[in-house]
Amino acid sequence: MTPEERPERENLADTGLSETPAERVSYLRAGHTLKSWLLTTDHKRIAILYLISITFFFFVGGVAAGLVRLDLLTPAGDLLSNEGYNRAFTLHGVIMVWFFLIPSIPNTFGNFLVPLMIGARDLAFPRLNLLSWYIFMLAGLFTLAVLILGGVDTGWTFYTPLSSMFAHGQVVLAATAVFIAGFSSILTGLNVIVTVHKLRCPGMTWGRLPLFVWSIYATSLILVLATPVLSITLALIAAERLFGLGVFDPALGGDPLLYQHLFWFYSHPAVYIMVLPALGVVSELVAAAARKPIFGYAFVAGSSMAIAILGFFVWGHHMFVSGQSMYASAVFSFLSIAVAIPSGIKVYNWTATLYKGHISLDPPFLFAMAFIGLFVVGGLTGLILAMLAVDVHVHDTYFVVAHFHYIMVGGAVSAFFGALHFWWPKMFGRNYSLVWGRLSALLIFLGFNLTFFPQFLLGYLGMPRRYHVYPPEFQVLHVLSSAGAGILGLAYLMPFAYLLYALRYGPPAGDNPWGVTGLEWQTRSPPPKHNFETVPVVDGPPYDYHVEMEGHGDG
Amino acid sequence: MSDFIALWPGAASAYSREVDLLIGAFTVLIVALSAPVFILIVVFATKYRRGKPANRRHALDRNVWMEVSWTLAPFLLLIGFYVWSTHLFAGLYHPPAEALEIDVVAKQWMWKFRHPEGQGEINELHVPAGEPVRLVMASQDVVHSLFVPALRLKQDVVPGRYTSMWFTADTTGTYRLACAEFCGADHSVMGGSVVVMEPADYARWLEETGTDRSLAAEGAVLFRQRGCSGCHEQASTVHAPDLAGLYMRPVPLEGGGTVIADAQYLRDSILLPQAQIAAGYPPIMPTFANVLDEEEVLKLVAYIKSLKGGKERQ
Repeated sequence: MTPEERPERENLADTGLSETPAERVSYLRAGHTLKSWLLTTDHKRIAILYLISITFFFFVGGVAAGLVRLDLLTPAGDLLSNEGYNRAFTLHGVIMVWFFLIPSIPNTFGNFLVPLMIGARDLAFPRLNLLSWYIFMLAGLFTLAVLILGGVDTGWTFYTPLSSMFAHGQVVLAATAVFIAGFSSILTGLNVIVTVHKLRCPGMTWGRLPLFVWSIYATSLILVLATPVLSITLALIAAERLFGLGVFDPALGGDPLLYQHLFWFYSHPAVYIMVLPALGVVSELVAAAARKPIFGYAFVAGSSMAIAILGFFVWGHHMFVSGQSMYASAVFSFLSIAVAIPSGIKVYNWTATLYKGHISLDPPFLFAMAFIGLFVVGGLTGLILAMLAVDVHVHDTYFVVAHFHYIMVGGAVSAFFGALHFWWPKMFGRNYSLVWGRLSALLIFLGFNLTFFPQFLLGYLGMPRRYHVYPPEFQVLHVLSSAGAGILGLAYLMPFAYLLYALRYGPPAGDNPWGVTGLEWQTRSPPPKHNFETVPVVDGPPYDYHVEMEGHGDG
Repeated sequence: MSDFIALWPGAASAYSREVDLLIGAFTVLIVALSAPVFILIVVFATKYRRGKPANRRHALDRNVWMEVSWTLAPFLLLIGFYVWSTHLFAGLYHPPAEALEIDVVAKQWMWKFRHPEGQGEINELHVPAGEPVRLVMASQDVVHSLFVPALRLKQDVVPGRYTSMWFTADTTGTYRLACAEFCGADHSVMGGSVVVMEPADYARWLEETGTDRSLAAEGAVLFRQRGCSGCHEQASTVHAPDLAGLYMRPVPLEGGGTVIADAQYLRDSILLPQAQIAAGYPPIMPTFANVLDEEEVLKLVAYIKSLKGGKERQ
């Protein structure tokens, strides 16, 4: 909190931050050329660049998912060949995990909101931020090259020795793409950590940080600590495939379980990279929906950090039937159950926040409710999977597929849409149609459940995942699931229609359309280039809504 | 169960019914834990809808005791289920000593089974009901996973090591068997069936299937053909370890330590002989990794297992 670390006050006081009047009006008006976008160092513009890029990848991954679901309408899989099916689901996994989910909330809303929420002008390293985007796009180009050159057929998990010695697809190219994307993750994480430590405005203490900032901060720690392990592991796969370096292939003296340990040491924390930002978004949305202080701020903030830390010690629960030691499995099972504690805190505290609130049912809040419902189902089925004896049966079946889609699609994507609907008026200064927003929230929720709930049943029945051809007795459930996927696909398209329409024809939103607290709502919509014309000063707790007390103490 | 839609898998062992009981009871618990959330969200969203008059006095914004209690109570219940499930799981690691041992070799994209008397089958496994059966599994190429839903069992088959899985099926019938770990192009057709038969029928099946030699006898032939006997026969002039009675005996290693000569050790000693060298012997054995496949190694292991201590080898 030392004032000398802050930007010089005298420069700010004369509003001299903006070089042109246009910049003072809106970051969107500060330059209209392509160059002004591609060479921008403004965190808000970079957030928009990310938003456009990941939306593109969301569609590519979505088309792959559509192919998979269409093919599974018949037990024989008449649409694709075995090989083609494998390439479709691998592409779906690789793109959705590394090119949509991981960058989704942190790189768009994290980028846009963290400086605004803590009262800063930008992230700590604006040029590094732009570099991260270019690195991400380079990785994206490699992925598209993989797609054009015939795809890859290992699954997004790249299990060895299948990936290193047996697969025919573009394994090295795909690994390179993910390797490069990793640097974008690491740099973004680093940028956020430094920003949150160094650029908070006067009065914005750690105990006053919005919960979204807490969760992006926790996510960034994981990005910085876990991603290098993935990078090294992928480099080793490439070395084994290209030069026959025996690390994972037993025929060369390697150990395939070593690969699985390294891969999940990254990829389990990666699940929290995808879901922690979503939890942060939902905390914001719930407090805003109820117009009430979040119940148990300290527990909710602390649980983000607890999830980030515990998340590093549960990777072995992906390996209960892999041949790892029975004792290791027992320990990992226990630790995985322990993750339920911080996750449970969040859900119960959100529910308690709604108690005696002023609850709005506008689109962002419907998405938040949808998130809570789907996240609870996903989390509790995760507990089922943590139970060793049950996991032996349902491991690598559709039960697992359903579980992680409830977390990553039902959860993270619903939160992403919730965030999009909540901050859209702030980002672009325009309101969209609330009716269409509510409708799409409802359709996404219903379509999602129809798609993935039958998969829990399929999994317990013994339908293995990654199966192109399946026994006919599973067809009815598969058809239900594909029908749900059709609804879900259309529901995901809807927001793009009315949000883009609102961009041009929507009524002006005003600075604070939802009537909520938070620094980002105190500046203009869309914000000026440098966010605030004067450095904001925080003098109260977050979510400082009026609460009816009637002479009662502080509860 | 209706033919139109399957909702619950058949169960073919006492273990599988225990797993069903566990997941049934656990489902009750998670419904109990989550129902309040679902119900209260709907109730609150209705009762405290914005603009609707309601008593909103004394809304709490924190209550540490409440938070601690709704954290700890579910956790303690979960611990109970953890103990139950881990206990069931630990049983999978303790096969009965008298279990019938069947060798399994997985390769892209088929399952090969060998019964102790030498009967072999592909993608179909016949086992006797009511008797413990232990599968010793090796992979010729990538990671596979043997999955029998009716037994609620699954075990990865990992190249470079033996994994095992045991069960006592108690209900005769034909059950689905599948590969659960993605293993390449034809992963989804790498399946078959497990046929659980009355022990008498199984004995008849073994007899009808017939075979020239038992697994150990085939191993004995290989032992000679591949030149193992040149060094490991007692009459040999080369200083090589005696294999009689070696199985499951502790072996002191060069450079300290001992290892139990289990199937994994025997396999590794054939394919990776330089990895663990028996104390007092020169490291002169060449690797057979390029000479023998996993099926042949399993035969040799069966042969070495059959060599009883001190007796004439034949």
